Amino acid sequence: MTAVPSAPARRRSSGGLMATLKHAHYVISDNPVTGLAFFMLLVLVLAALVGPFLVPYDPLASNTMAALQPPSAAHWFGTDQLGRDILSRVVVATRLDLAIAVFSVALVFAAGGIAGIAAGFFGGWTDRIVGRICDTIMAFPLFVLAMGIVAALGNTVTNIVIATAIINFPLYARVARSEAAIRRQAGFVQAARLTGNSEWRIVLTQILPNILPIMMVQMSLTMGYAILNAAGLSFIGLGVRPPTSEWGIMVAEGATFIVSGEWWIALFPGLALMFAVFCFNLLGDGLRDIVDPQRRT
Amino acid sequence: MHGVVDPATVALAPAEEARGPLLNVRDLTVEFATRRGLVRAVEKVNLTLAKGETLGIVGESGSGKSVTSYTVMRILDRAGHIAEGAITFSGIDVAHASEREMRDLRGREMSMIFQNPRAALNPIRKVGHQIGDVLLQHVQAQPGNVKEKVIDVLNQVRIARPEERYHAYPFELSGGMCQRIVIALALACRPQLLIADEPTTGLDVTTQKAVMELVTELTRARGMSTILITHDLGLAATYCDTVMVMEKGKVVETAPAEQIFRNPQHAYTRKLMRATPRPGITLKDLLPEAEAEAGAAPPVAPMVVSDAVPLLKVEALVKEYPRQGAPSAFLAKFTGKAVDPKDATFRAVDGISFEVKKGESVGLVGESGCGKSTTSTIVMRLIDSTSGRITFDGQDIGAIPAREFAHHPLRRRIQMVFQDPTESLNPRYTAARAIADPLLRMGGKDIKGTFGGFGGGSALEDKVEELARMVGLPADLLDRFPHQLSGGQKARVGIARAIALKPDLVILDEPTAALDVSVQAVVLNLLEELKHTLGMSYLFVSHDLHVVRLLCDRVIVMRQGRVVEEGTSEQVLEAPKDAYTRELIAAIPHPPV
Repeated sequence: MTAVPSAPARRRSSGGLMATLKHAHYVISDNPVTGLAFFMLLVLVLAALVGPFLVPYDPLASNTMAALQPPSAAHWFGTDQLGRDILSRVVVATRLDLAIAVFSVALVFAAGGIAGIAAGFFGGWTDRIVGRICDTIMAFPLFVLAMGIVAALGNTVTNIVIATAIINFPLYARVARSEAAIRRQAGFVQAARLTGNSEWRIVLTQILPNILPIMMVQMSLTMGYAILNAAGLSFIGLGVRPPTSEWGIMVAEGATFIVSGEWWIALFPGLALMFAVFCFNLLGDGLRDIVDPQRRT
Repeated sequence: MHGVVDPATVALAPAEEARGPLLNVRDLTVEFATRRGLVRAVEKVNLTLAKGETLGIVGESGSGKSVTSYTVMRILDRAGHIAEGAITFSGIDVAHASEREMRDLRGREMSMIFQNPRAALNPIRKVGHQIGDVLLQHVQAQPGNVKEKVIDVLNQVRIARPEERYHAYPFELSGGMCQRIVIALALACRPQLLIADEPTTGLDVTTQKAVMELVTELTRARGMSTILITHDLGLAATYCDTVMVMEKGKVVETAPAEQIFRNPQHAYTRKLMRATPRPGITLKDLLPEAEAEAGAAPPVAPMVVSDAVPLLKVEALVKEYPRQGAPSAFLAKFTGKAVDPKDATFRAVDGISFEVKKGESVGLVGESGCGKSTTSTIVMRLIDSTSGRITFDGQDIGAIPAREFAHHPLRRRIQMVFQDPTESLNPRYTAARAIADPLLRMGGKDIKGTFGGFGGGSALEDKVEELARMVGLPADLLDRFPHQLSGGQKARVGIARAIALKPDLVILDEPTAALDVSVQAVVLNLLEELKHTLGMSYLFVSHDLHVVRLLCDRVIVMRQGRVVEEGTSEQVLEAPKDAYTRELIAAIPHPPV
């Protein structure tokens, strides 16, 4: 057996990826909705990456001759009050909206996750401080808090990302805290102490990977919420400013025209928003099944 | 109904039952729809239960014993269904009865006791009200007299001071008392059939005895039939009329209890019998005949136990916990006298002293709450003691705070095998990664010395494979996750991890409590063999004196944080001096040999 020690090792490293792919395939074929969610995600990601190169018109170029045209063969989604092509603007906006959501969720995952795990694992003063911070944030109506933060810090995309991260902080911190607290005295954590792991190493190698599945679901769900939040801030005139293509602004601009019958200006960016939020909510469940090794048999 | 009854089972049913048996199961096959297609959990099971009879279904995990009983109650998972066969319960065709008819039967005609009594009770409702609910539901009481009836029921299950306990919540009661409440719930409507699924697993032996005697007495008085599902042959032998042994979904043997233990017919029954720890045997006797002879016997000559310096010396160890409102109020009820409010601490370990010599195995025995786990955790340096000295190989390790001990050079010399092999493995680590963990953290020098550097990781892999071989874990299982391994394989991973650094002292915290008896037999033999090869000392923490005796030279019996008796295994088991030790030994059920 000692003569061929590397043989199982090689199999081990290559087997991991294949097993994951096979498992992902099983989960998706078991639950077609997850497959649909992944397809929707693919559409969104493609639109964000290559959309700006594929769109038929310049999203910022106005053309007063063609203003307020209903959907037609030339302009599939119609044109707005300045004659800009709505299809092009909706597609180009994907990049900005997704970027805001991804960065804010990444930020809050890192900050809220670490604070929550520390609170749950170490308890005591760490727990009290993190708990009170969460309470303070949750004492405000969250959207109003986000408005206040953006208004105070300045009207930039970075500040929208920060504001969205802050209002989601309690959600992440609390989920991570309760999951870490359950595992604080688990047998495998005790065993890790016996093998000479320091407390922070235990947090990183024992606790974090085990609460990752539930955090993934949380991330997917807040992703949709983050997109809505960013769009909402733009809608009321905070954050992204015209003429940048952004779904929230486009809905806000189109809202004034609905009364006079030009429904397409607000409808299509609204549908895009719905599509994105729907996609991330569906994704949550499927993602949990894939990242959870317990489901793999 | 009598058309297909085979003669063997007819002989078992009492002859006076002219109306036929209470429960009759014919050729029952149950299938589960899983990811890998249909799985047969139970195949062609036949059983007959007469009125007033107690049937024991014995088998190891995965034998289908629970599935069989769940099918009788028709409470299978959604994935499971009856593929073929018939179940007749006092003339009713259970296999084809409607859900409505079944709801009427369950509770009133047949009822069940589950393994974990605490999980079976509603945690936020007073136990008196929970029993009252059942009585009202089945019109056994009126709202006016429900409390009297409940207290009457509590009296029947021997709960002392039922008026007070009526208002208790499940968490305020001990495990044994919770199980009594569950029994009260199950028997409240005087059903004809009681199914007890491992009713005493997880309870102490003395509590187990009390609970089982209560069940036997109550069911006998009411002429009820009982199905006792257990993995413990001793329990089945003591309390059942007939025993049915199952293996992998099939019945291998059915016979009267006396007969099956005196003269087991099937090879599997004999294997189970051999694996059950009982008085007057050695570790080797637990293994099947063929393996016991084939396996290269470890040196029979006992290891040199040096008397000079004890490896571990514990002196006047005390651990106090702050007493909180709820437990003190509970204890006040329990002891019947008021607790001094100034007495704000609870002594889990109350001044115990003992020694473990080099190469010696010492058993620490006691029932739950006696402080044996607290003691082992303190010795393990995972928590700090309140006072006392712990000396390991001449160094006072008790003085080193538990938080800092992880980095102490002595850490590697004291290791532990945990009680639950599943819970003690990180679900996201493969077996190889779990075994490699101590080597990565603390084995640096050692591996370098032996293999000349381990940057490439291949020296580490060799070492992991060597360890796997030592504990008998096939190398191709090394890249599996814990949930893909069986209980015995997980136990081996846990042992490999504990011995990876060649420690001097290993604390075994009920390492076989969660395992089947045949696996337990193998694991105990493995531990004994490893001890000889590596020259380790064991501190074996357990509640089972018979298991401890097999592995240990010396036994310490603990009760309520104190040592009540100490001596060589033979002394303590053959001629116990303390009354409590005698009670413990008497309570262990074992098959007649």
